[in-house]
Amino acid sequence: MVQYTSASLDASFAALSDATRRGVLEQLGRADASITDLAEKFHMTLTGMKKHVGVLEQAGLVATEKVGRVRTCTLGARRLEEAAAWIERYHHLWSARFEELDTVIEELKRKEKADGRKKRN
Amino acid sequence: MVEKREIESTPTKNRTTVERTSERELVVTRTFNAPARLVFEAWTRPELLKQWWVPKSMGMSLLSLDADVRTGGRYRLVFRHEDSTMEFFGKYLEVTPHSRLVWTNEESGDNASVTTVTFEETDGKTLLVMRELYPSKEALDAAGTGAADATVETFAQLDELLVTMGARS
Repeated sequence: MVQYTSASLDASFAALSDATRRGVLEQLGRADASITDLAEKFHMTLTGMKKHVGVLEQAGLVATEKVGRVRTCTLGARRLEEAAAWIERYHHLWSARFEELDTVIEELKRKEKADGRKKRN
Repeated sequence: MVEKREIESTPTKNRTTVERTSERELVVTRTFNAPARLVFEAWTRPELLKQWWVPKSMGMSLLSLDADVRTGGRYRLVFRHEDSTMEFFGKYLEVTPHSRLVWTNEESGDNASVTTVTFEETDGKTLLVMRELYPSKEALDAAGTGAADATVETFAQLDELLVTMGARS
């Protein structure tokens, strides 16, 4: 399971509190992009966009890699952790549901047995 | 003490598995110690469905459940989890007694997934396989991690975590 520390949560929370940064995440969800692409898309200076990406990077929401003169941004490792956490929650929900379903089924079995006895008698 | 409880309860409980089998599909499996007709009954009689679909142990409560369980019939259920109310609805595409159930999950609009449940009986036990097929990889990702609407979902998750952490400290 994912371990969240208070500091990383603060960072995530701060990172997501800005509409542009949320837009950048959404954009990167569709395709990787360079900082220049992002700056253009969000009508922003390169310096401004670098700052936003920096905040997202610190929060682990975005990863960047510099190849030549271009810095490419992708969604960060945090997304993978979230995916794992989601499957975990899903599993937890279905395990809990099925335990209650066991109880319902046991009751049905019990009733059927009782009815069977009645019919035979 | 905790270990002991686990050992005692393990023999009666069957294991639930969840697996992402492809980019678009999640599969859940579980065996039940009863014939398929009883397991099927518990999935298709609304008054029985109500007893287990919204597990109390998860802090959820059922507000309403309407299900017209037949091919072409619709269902709608509403439940409460902490402070939010969640609504799920769709249509049964196939209801084949004791062996197969198929329905749509339409609450997420364009990302509607289709759930197929099969019941397979062997020696009085029933293997249940539930497949959730999403229209695309993106739709499945969105359902789980909210890649499409990272903002809303992640915010809600963070909120939850923050509340939990606040309660602990």
